[in-house]
Amino acid sequence: MTTEPRVDDLLRELAPQVLSAVVRRYGQFDASEDAVQEALLAGATQWPNEGIPDNPRGWLIAVASRRMTDHLRADLARQRREATAAALLPPDAFNAPGPDDLAPEEDDTLTLLFLCCHPSLSPSSQLALTLRAVGGLTTAEIARAFFVPESTMAQRISRAKATIRDSGAPFSLPPASERAERLAVVLHVLYLVFNEGYTASSGDELARTDLTTEAIRLARDLHRLLPADGEATGLLALMLLIDARRPARTLADGSLVPLSEQDRSRWNRAQIDEGVALISRSLAETSALGAYQLQAAIAAVHDEASTADATDWPEIVELYGLLAAVAPNPMVSLNQAVAVAMVDGPAAGLARLDDLTSDDRIAGSHRFEAVRGHLLEMAGDAAAARRSYLAAARKTTSLPERRYLESRAARLGESAAR
Amino acid sequence: MKYMVLIHSNPQLWESLPKEEADRVLNNHYKLIDEMKRTGELIRVEGLGWDQTFVQLVNGVPAVTDGPYSEVKEHLAGLFQVDVESIDRAIEVAGPLSEYGWVEIRPVMEDVGDGDVTG
Repeated sequence: MTTEPRVDDLLRELAPQVLSAVVRRYGQFDASEDAVQEALLAGATQWPNEGIPDNPRGWLIAVASRRMTDHLRADLARQRREATAAALLPPDAFNAPGPDDLAPEEDDTLTLLFLCCHPSLSPSSQLALTLRAVGGLTTAEIARAFFVPESTMAQRISRAKATIRDSGAPFSLPPASERAERLAVVLHVLYLVFNEGYTASSGDELARTDLTTEAIRLARDLHRLLPADGEATGLLALMLLIDARRPARTLADGSLVPLSEQDRSRWNRAQIDEGVALISRSLAETSALGAYQLQAAIAAVHDEASTADATDWPEIVELYGLLAAVAPNPMVSLNQAVAVAMVDGPAAGLARLDDLTSDDRIAGSHRFEAVRGHLLEMAGDAAAARRSYLAAARKTTSLPERRYLESRAARLGESAAR
Repeated sequence: MKYMVLIHSNPQLWESLPKEEADRVLNNHYKLIDEMKRTGELIRVEGLGWDQTFVQLVNGVPAVTDGPYSEVKEHLAGLFQVDVESIDRAIEVAGPLSEYGWVEIRPVMEDVGDGDVTG
């Protein structure tokens, strides 16, 4: 008798393998995906009671194939009614494979990832489809994690599948000329999945933490499939290094603890060691560093400091400089300003912020005001810092961030009154 | 990003519209709802009845009052909650609903945040 989490893990692990085997055999990504979901559901309900079959992958492929056969029969009947030729199907399409008659053991997970992150889909659709088709999550689980009704998520997924079908995208790896660009989308989608999970501070925390776990699992898969790709390695390292801080990031009441005030003894040491090892090797092996590698390197510098004061800020300033050159982005400039303030003092950091005020992408955001408040507080200007914190609090749409910013402002209010 | 789209309209103006015009506007609403359902961007949609009941605590007891807005001609006629990629998409979606009034778009606060607010 196996326990349920083991069944869940196994089903999620097998989901992309089963789906790609079924798509290889029958084509029709959208119908295959439905069939595999039904097979996964059958496994989730039957295996905890009846035990896991000897060949779980074959079992799932057989069940999904039966569903596909039913689907194709219905399709064929419809086509007959419309007097259309039936000779389009592969000759053995109606024979579900036995457990020993499986698709070759080649791993199509990468092909599947590329398909789910197809450029014709919007980012939110890429995210949802990847979690379902590659991650093996149910629509209900995905909907819960994104705080939307199941019907909304179901529509989003079915729409995404229809878009893939209509695009005529083949089930094969993208041509070499498009590979790098398409891989960047895949990495971005996994990063978004991770962020969705990581930013949860309370509420439906279990469902959200699940997303971080899922993102790390998928990034691990990707790294296994592309061990020589620096950015795939960088992304996995980045996730491990950031997720390692999760136990210290929130208090029991859900309030946020900034990096500088976290209890570092609660960080996940094993995860930090793994992340540091991955990124160190990757940095040594790659000549042109990418944005995920550099962000992982920055996270590693933070994670390796035993106290906030021991942080190697000059190293961080330098890494942000490299990052700004590779991936210029106002958020990077903002973080760079903080690092500069830690090295050269708050006035130098505030001067960097002044350079950013002309950038509409960032000057109106709550983060800009929050950082300004932080640097003004460092500089000892309590009244101005308080104004910035309150401006940031009004602009954020995150409840925990708003509470945090208001508490910073209130603290300064008290000290100003004293 | 989740947004609440609040549709404000003037009930007197609405009542004075010829039937074909009112039908045309309503049809635009239905078309939009269908489209947003298909894309998976619609979370909920509600039309509101015209009866307005304003309640306020008076000496600790909820009391029905005239309300603060007796001079205002517009009222909240309906609301959409959507989950879209950006504010630009929200404006694109909500814009056509403002024919006889205006729409107000507000971000929905969420219980998430990465704690990275000070860099």
